[in-house]
Amino acid sequence: METEASKLRTVLVTDCGSTTTKALLFQKTQDGWRQTARGEAPTTVEEPVADVTVGALNAFSEVEEVSGRRILRPRSAGMAHPFLESEQNGSHGIDLYLSTSSAGGGLQMVVGGVVKEMTTESAERAALGAGAIVLDALSADDGREDHERIDRVRHLKPDIVLLTGGVDGGSKQHVIEVAELLLAAAPRPRFGDTLRLPVIYAGNRDAAGEVSEILERVADVQVVGNVRPTLETENLGPAREAIHELFLTHVMSHSPGYGKLLGWSPKPILPTPAAVGDMTLRHAKRNNVQVLCADIGGATTDVFSVFRDQEDELIFNRTVSANLGMSYSVANVLVEAGVENIARWLPYQVSDAEVRDRLRNKMIRPTSIPQTLEDLWLEQAVCREALRLSLAHHRSLAVGLSGQRRVRGIADIFAQRSNRYELVDLMHLDVVIGSGGVLSHAPQRLSAAMMMIEGFGLQGVTQITVDSIFMMPHLGVFSSVHPQAADEIFINDCLVNVGHAIVPVYAEDGRGELARVTFEGKELASIEAGAVQVVELCAGSRGRLIVEPRGRVNVGAGPGQVYERDIEVGKCGLILDGRNRPLRWQGPRVAWPEQQRVLYRQLGLDQA
Amino acid sequence: MAQAFTPGLACRISDVIRRVRELPVPGELTVQVGQEVQAHQVVARAFLPGELHIQRVAEKIGIEPHEVIAGLKVQAGQAVTVGQVLCEHVGLFGLFRSQFKSPVDGVVELITASSGHIGVRSAAKPIAIEAYVSGRVVEVSEGKSVTIETRAAFVQGIFGVGGERVGKLLVLDGDKLPQGTQLRGAVLVMRGAPSASFLVAAKEAGICGLVAGSVDDQVLASYLGYDVGIALTGDEDVPFTLIVSEGFGALEMSERVYALLKKFNGQSASINGATQVRAGAVRPEIVIPGSMQDSMAVEPSAAGLVLGAQVRLIRVPFFGQYGQVHELPHEAQRIDTGALARVLRVKLSSGEVVTVPRANVELV
Repeated sequence: METEASKLRTVLVTDCGSTTTKALLFQKTQDGWRQTARGEAPTTVEEPVADVTVGALNAFSEVEEVSGRRILRPRSAGMAHPFLESEQNGSHGIDLYLSTSSAGGGLQMVVGGVVKEMTTESAERAALGAGAIVLDALSADDGREDHERIDRVRHLKPDIVLLTGGVDGGSKQHVIEVAELLLAAAPRPRFGDTLRLPVIYAGNRDAAGEVSEILERVADVQVVGNVRPTLETENLGPAREAIHELFLTHVMSHSPGYGKLLGWSPKPILPTPAAVGDMTLRHAKRNNVQVLCADIGGATTDVFSVFRDQEDELIFNRTVSANLGMSYSVANVLVEAGVENIARWLPYQVSDAEVRDRLRNKMIRPTSIPQTLEDLWLEQAVCREALRLSLAHHRSLAVGLSGQRRVRGIADIFAQRSNRYELVDLMHLDVVIGSGGVLSHAPQRLSAAMMMIEGFGLQGVTQITVDSIFMMPHLGVFSSVHPQAADEIFINDCLVNVGHAIVPVYAEDGRGELARVTFEGKELASIEAGAVQVVELCAGSRGRLIVEPRGRVNVGAGPGQVYERDIEVGKCGLILDGRNRPLRWQGPRVAWPEQQRVLYRQLGLDQA
Repeated sequence: MAQAFTPGLACRISDVIRRVRELPVPGELTVQVGQEVQAHQVVARAFLPGELHIQRVAEKIGIEPHEVIAGLKVQAGQAVTVGQVLCEHVGLFGLFRSQFKSPVDGVVELITASSGHIGVRSAAKPIAIEAYVSGRVVEVSEGKSVTIETRAAFVQGIFGVGGERVGKLLVLDGDKLPQGTQLRGAVLVMRGAPSASFLVAAKEAGICGLVAGSVDDQVLASYLGYDVGIALTGDEDVPFTLIVSEGFGALEMSERVYALLKKFNGQSASINGATQVRAGAVRPEIVIPGSMQDSMAVEPSAAGLVLGAQVRLIRVPFFGQYGQVHELPHEAQRIDTGALARVLRVKLSSGEVVTVPRANVELV
């Protein structure tokens, strides 16, 4: 297989998801690199098949059917891989095969640290950034009794444990205590009864010997650099690399059929969220923009963000809300958000009992799809709440560390909180990317935009995009080989430019005109307090957008400041939202459906 | 392509059912291949490792960690009993003596110099695994598991709470608990949805299971004491296992399931409410061993979604209705939401023919 970027012409990439394996064909065409064919098949990691390559081969067959290109050898028994190798300008074969994976529940980890808002959070960020789901985060100060922590961890079956705690040269006692807790809990690894649990130690280097000695009774301990060498610095790289290495050598190699799949590709299989994160970060850095990306799936919602810190450096963060999703977890969104918060988005009267029963029936029959507009709107209401809740979760973890040095004694350490600040700043967010069926496959692009505007509570001027067919994992792993080609496909075939949201933020008593919007020198509209309107423009045209606020209204450049930016017009044009933030509903609850019905009608969302 | 319809849940009047009874840790099997077993019979035993009790000795008796090491009265690997002195510290001029005594029986496993902690592991706990279904042992994996096989009627529910229970089936005619009937240990079957007061009365009567057509989600919440967010159940600490065959709301149990359960009224049933809707789906089950009939599947046709197949519609506006596959258009069509989807036409029992997405039917 070829790995030299300049020689690549045809590349096959799969994402082996929990339920579906999606194969995409990327080809160098006369128009540059494009995504040319797609095939999918059920993932086969469960009995009776229990071999991921079976589902992958089925997906390849569909790619062959769709593209008319022969990819697979007629017989591949005894061969290193099943692919026909392509010839120069040939009509068959591929040059390279790559894959990502989240099958079997993805990479599941437990993290531990000493101080919840310090080392434990750093451990969480390292694990999440590496593409893991964090099953639990242990801290010496998490408010639980020892026996509660032990009981909780004992029943988890993580793939890997990441243990941190203490700054280098600091006190060893607390991190040793956390190691003892882990020993007492002795969690069993998810795969293989005979395997020992992999533990990565990334804490106070002075305690590494004692921590290893304690944990070696129940685990294989690997020591890497401290994630928090000092109070003010975070060093996640070594822990993330160790997680990726263990993901391949320990988790993937013990998953059904993955040994074979690993042999088909000259490059490592990446955890799906890690690949999406790589692509998000690339997009932010290449365009020097701040990005928020949400992938809302059936079971979980991943949120990725890239925002500038106080030193103006772009900082990447990822969180996963493990039980916020549109099918398996739909009833958990109901539990966490409450029925009133879901029903407030609906443009029709419905009883709370009906909402609850419908969503619980979706939970137990997760593959069913909305058949009526009312049912579609209910799922889109759930999506808004899932986005709202997962962003709140993300904001709590996506924090920066201020550079100011503070001298603290160990007695102060449990009380320290002051050097973290929130990175997510919606007013200065440039681009939002939505991914997942409910957003990517919304029958109307405008409804996808409204779900993100309202779910995230966007402010200021934000470009709204969707991942057309959930291609970011494939492009993320492809970018590790041919970044330029991955970028081309990302722009041409992956990202759909839906439009730009313009949302002024103003004082509570704000009335009347809030701002005027001009594009390419032509005044288009004024934004009125409380009103929402869409200004259609020629999609794809480029020009200067100017938003002039009235008084102290903030449209993204600061209170009363004019906002200017060059934009490429999206499919829906400009969405001018004059509702203040946070969104509030007027009058009694019984009147809300009528308010929503009026809004849906104004935006043309009341018809298919 | 991914399967576009839900295969439907099993409802078999007679089938060969195998259940693997697995120990969580290696242990001892108490049965042999070929042996007949009863549902409540113990088939395997093991000892779970005891808990490691970490004692913060230095902190508790107010000394430094290194003083714990100096004052140790035990060593790692030594068996200790409740009240036995683990560490003793003698203060200035021998005047202040403080001791730390073991709060549990066990073995000293851990002594950490830097923290001054001592870990004592208590004795292993015995566990026993029962057969769960009456039948014959057909396979053993020494020290690990026993496989039991039985010919039984077999019904899957759509959702349940509570774990394995065994009791006699008692099929109710209405939605009231029968008066004057011994209900203790029974598995009740009711066609509709139970009320909250029914569940309270059933609990007081000491039933071990309830199989119903549906349940209102607020009734379920009142029974459990919390709202279910994820369909990952089976470990709930509930007085009896509850299984529903159709879903949430006020839906009646399908005729085929109700008729089958009625046929076995009075017989012993093994039930399990464990549900896992995600990949590797687990559905709740009712196993009624002893069915001697030939395999008469009343379950979905193996032919799949074909013309004439019986289906149930599982999404509004036709949720809960039954019909027959009338037409299977090949091309995707635009449905009322504006989405493109593969559809089928179903002739409802009323005679009306409706178009629905293939994803919104299940075979019956």
